[in-house]
Amino acid sequence: MAAPVSIAFPNGAPRLELRGICKRYPSVLANDLINLRVAPGEIHAVLGENGAGKSTLMKIIYGLVKADSGELLWGGEAVSVTSPAQARRLGIGMVFQHFSLFETLTVVENIALGMTGKPDLATLSAQIVSVSERYGLPVDPDRLVHTMSVGERQRVEIIRALLLNPRLLIMDEPTSVLTPQAVEKLFETLRQLSDDGCSILYISHKLHEIKALCHAATVMRAGRVIGVCDPRQESPRSMAKMMVGADLPVCRPSSIAAATERCLVVDKLTRAADSAFGTALDQVELVVHAGEIVGIAGVSGNGQRELLTALSGETPISENNRIELLGTPVGAADPSMRRRLGLCFVPEERLGRGAVPTLSLAENALLTAHDGDMVQGGLLNFGAITAFTRRCIEEFQVKCGGPNAEARSLSGGNLQKFIIGREVLQKPKVLIVSQPTWGVDVGAAAFIRQTLIDLRNSGTAILVISEELDELFEICDRIAVMAKGRLSKPIPMAETDLTEIGLMMTGLSKRQEGRATQFGSGDRP
Amino acid sequence: METLSAILIATLVAGTPLVFAALGELVTERSGVLNLGVEGMMLFGAVTAFAVTYTTHNLWLGVFVAAFAGAALSAVFAFLTLTLNANQVASGLALAIFGAGASAFLGKPYVGVALTHEPFEFAGWVSGIPVIGSFLVQLHPLVYLSWAMFGGVVWFLYRTRAGLVLRAVGESPTSAHSVGYPVNTVRLYAVLFGGAMAGIAGAYLAVVYTSLWTEGMTAGRGWIALALVVFATWRPERVLLGAYLFGGVTTTQLFAQGAGIPVPPEMMSALPYLATIVVLVLISRNPTLVQLNAPAPLGKLFHGEG
Amino acid sequence: MKVKLERRAEPSQIMQYLSPLIAVGLTALTGLCMFIAMGKDPASAFYVFTVQPIENLYGVGELLIKASPLILIALGLAVGFRANVWNIGAEGQLTVGVIFSGAVALLCGSQGGFWVLPAMLIAGAFGGMVWAAIPAFLRTRFNANEILTSLMLTYVAQLWLSYLIYGPWRDPAGFNFPQSEPLASSAMFPILIEGTRLNASVLITLAAAVLTWFVLKRSFVGYQLQVAGLSEAAARYAGFSHRRAVWIGMLAGGVAAGIAGVGEIAGPLGQLFPTASPGYGFAAIIVAFLGRLQPIGIVLGGLLISLLYLSGEAAQMTLNLPSAITGLFQGVLLFFLLGADVLINYRVRMISETPVLKRVVA
Repeated sequence: MAAPVSIAFPNGAPRLELRGICKRYPSVLANDLINLRVAPGEIHAVLGENGAGKSTLMKIIYGLVKADSGELLWGGEAVSVTSPAQARRLGIGMVFQHFSLFETLTVVENIALGMTGKPDLATLSAQIVSVSERYGLPVDPDRLVHTMSVGERQRVEIIRALLLNPRLLIMDEPTSVLTPQAVEKLFETLRQLSDDGCSILYISHKLHEIKALCHAATVMRAGRVIGVCDPRQESPRSMAKMMVGADLPVCRPSSIAAATERCLVVDKLTRAADSAFGTALDQVELVVHAGEIVGIAGVSGNGQRELLTALSGETPISENNRIELLGTPVGAADPSMRRRLGLCFVPEERLGRGAVPTLSLAENALLTAHDGDMVQGGLLNFGAITAFTRRCIEEFQVKCGGPNAEARSLSGGNLQKFIIGREVLQKPKVLIVSQPTWGVDVGAAAFIRQTLIDLRNSGTAILVISEELDELFEICDRIAVMAKGRLSKPIPMAETDLTEIGLMMTGLSKRQEGRATQFGSGDRP
Repeated sequence: METLSAILIATLVAGTPLVFAALGELVTERSGVLNLGVEGMMLFGAVTAFAVTYTTHNLWLGVFVAAFAGAALSAVFAFLTLTLNANQVASGLALAIFGAGASAFLGKPYVGVALTHEPFEFAGWVSGIPVIGSFLVQLHPLVYLSWAMFGGVVWFLYRTRAGLVLRAVGESPTSAHSVGYPVNTVRLYAVLFGGAMAGIAGAYLAVVYTSLWTEGMTAGRGWIALALVVFATWRPERVLLGAYLFGGVTTTQLFAQGAGIPVPPEMMSALPYLATIVVLVLISRNPTLVQLNAPAPLGKLFHGEG
Repeated sequence: MKVKLERRAEPSQIMQYLSPLIAVGLTALTGLCMFIAMGKDPASAFYVFTVQPIENLYGVGELLIKASPLILIALGLAVGFRANVWNIGAEGQLTVGVIFSGAVALLCGSQGGFWVLPAMLIAGAFGGMVWAAIPAFLRTRFNANEILTSLMLTYVAQLWLSYLIYGPWRDPAGFNFPQSEPLASSAMFPILIEGTRLNASVLITLAAAVLTWFVLKRSFVGYQLQVAGLSEAAARYAGFSHRRAVWIGMLAGGVAAGIAGVGEIAGPLGQLFPTASPGYGFAAIIVAFLGRLQPIGIVLGGLLISLLYLSGEAAQMTLNLPSAITGLFQGVLLFFLLGADVLINYRVRMISETPVLKRVVA
């Protein structure tokens, strides 16, 4: 564990200081005597795994949540931040991880809502344009939010915060929805802000980014501050070690070449969006062979959801032979039929889709594994259900209170291990996994990735959809990119790299033509 | 021309309680709360208005107190759902059942009793207005109040900042909370407004439309008002249209009987209910329409496959 | 000091059983306050309400014969409510059950024969089923909300029955009263206990309770309904058909209500009237909630609500209170139940205000 490094404050008091902040929830101590100091103009990272307590701490600073005890000093003076409006008055701005925008209103209406008093919309529009130009965040004030892409919405959130001339800007996991190129642009904006004297609190678990951007980092683990360091002098590995408290596990790579059997075939799949806010699929083609892992990279909102529900059968399509499972056309089939053919599926939402939160693990096992001996003659066989659940808990190292524990009592990582375990134990011929390690702690994430690799080696065809490029590069044999409802031709991993995939995510590069064409501002279309 | 004018008046008169109740529920639902108890609040308002009017011989006092009665009942609902986080559907049903029971109990002494207050008379000059004067005097001032409420709701929702905040709360309570708006307070006001309007609707039925009290006299109009809000895809101008369409259906029933058409009266009475079903189906079958217009938390309840 | 509601880490098991009792207690308390306010002696009023209706065998029989349709319908409704299918039109389904079975009784009753009653049961079940099938169809095909459609149909059904009783089915020998001919003896349920009106229809209810328990707890279908009610997305992910859940949910209530209707006309009523029942279809909703959607709880809840009906009648006779007091208490009970239910998931805590932040000397 790195020794805590003290950050010098040459210009007097820190912009923001937290002393002994505590916050307890019924089942967990989210913040335990947190100390934090941010200098003026400093880009300060708050680094920690999911569940470390970072979000809670930010909510306390922004006035959304009240701390149980502790002090908050702003510019050296103790203050009590009781509401977001007051936080904004003090000069604290926040850009949320999950945007707080109203879809059916325009950009300027949204921003007006966040301001006190009755701002004149015309003046506000002019201000929006000027801020957006100054910081390189192009945005049209009169556009309706629901027509905007995720990257554009984030720009609106940032501009909204900047319009109030903040002295401290909190950014909560800002890059989870951006392509590598867009991340660079964001960093330019943030550096400029920092030069102008605004401090930035940068919440993230992405070590490369923190190293590239931040001046200082406070590391949190399980609700406590473990230490403070200078990311410019650390390596991602050493920071990870601080974050996790132990050495990071490494995946054993794939050992066997893929087979030639075509297990999952998608043939020019086109379908309209399933809702007013969705994305249509356009001529998607895909083949997954036995014993290989194909990855689909891309920011959410580009048709992944529509593709997944078409593949799983949750929203079947009309043309039956556009999707083939082990040679059988299944486009119009429901999930039960596809499961009987050997398909298993792990969705991106654990609670509320992959598992029912208020049911026990045993009852959740029944959710998808019911084709075996768990159901006999229409009646439930409790013995078989419990046996299966115990096996799952043991083999996949699920930390829980037993087969009768409620699904929602498990941590994200453990529940994900259970769900993946449940699907793997059914010995699928084809496994589709969406966002396998989203919101999962590092240890569980490594376990899950290893599970997928082992499954691949045993001959299952696996399709992984993920926003984390690092993860895809670690486990996949071939990779494709999903952008605007279209899927690129999958490329073997050895023949590509992060930059190229990043470019493809913006929809610019046309690899088949062997050249890149520039048309836009380099962010998520 | 006479008959046309008579039909028009009958339609407006029959539609007015629906206008009040549906406008009130529209505002409530726009803030993201589904209050199924409209029928109960209307009945409670009706019995209150009747009792007060009977005792004080003052119709306006009766209506005024009825508005409070409706709001009071809706406050119980607000307490259950906003403060205690109880299930909205179950709480609304409880409100409907309670309102029906309480009004039946409280109204027992008033069954078969006649109101003896002075009927409302317009000032002499009103009937003198050219062309529409004689028409205007045939409508009770509450009808004009309903139009004023319509105008007020439209102005509030689309022209004021408070209305914008209410719509924002309805569309995305989590975002509104993040921005710092007091979601529950906004919703409370919306629910109270809905209750007051339902109370006025009931009052109108008991002391203007008829001058009687009978158990269950709203005969499902509260539920029809709920359907109307869906039919109107949560827009006030369509609520007005829908309410008068129903008024028209009710009027048809009366005129058909008067014209001697040999249809059993019960069948004619069933028309409004059947019409409600048809209207619900027509709107609900277009899920995109519902999704784009419904306040997000309600969308699931009415859209089904949310 | 402030009172705060804090979410529990896990729902409290004890409160699941305790909250209906708390609700009943609070309702009783409200009632006592009401009596005092109305100038009635609370002790005797309490007696009239709770003990008097069942102090003899006849009273017990009345309790059971009224509880039977309440329990039966509530069982059917509970199947639906668990799956988030809100059948509020049970009263209308009961009415159509009465119409269909009444048609069989009036047409064939005089012929006699042991097959008349079973035919009535089938007709009644079929009638209730058909009337529930309409909202089910409209929901699965057009996404129309079943609360509103089933309610609208209730009004239509009541008008239909009214038309029949005031019209073609009016008893010619009935002095122009709106009622049908009395049902023939072959169209009536046999009495179980002499001296009471308790008839064999309670056996049907008993069987239904056992069947429901079995289906909900032990069958895969029951599990599918439970998942559908808890999380639609998870049910879809699991491949459980949402349509099927809606159909089963609605039809269970419809069939139950239809059979309950047969129980009324072939039982205590003995003939058809313009109103099929004193609001059993709606009261059953309360019974279902009171019983936590579990068969055992529903049986107990049914007995309680049945007692409330009898209390209303007793209050009218003895205390001079309108029998509508029943409806009032039903509403109050449901309110208190919903309020008390909050304690299952939340705990009440008193907290002191956070100490004021100290000023820091720089």
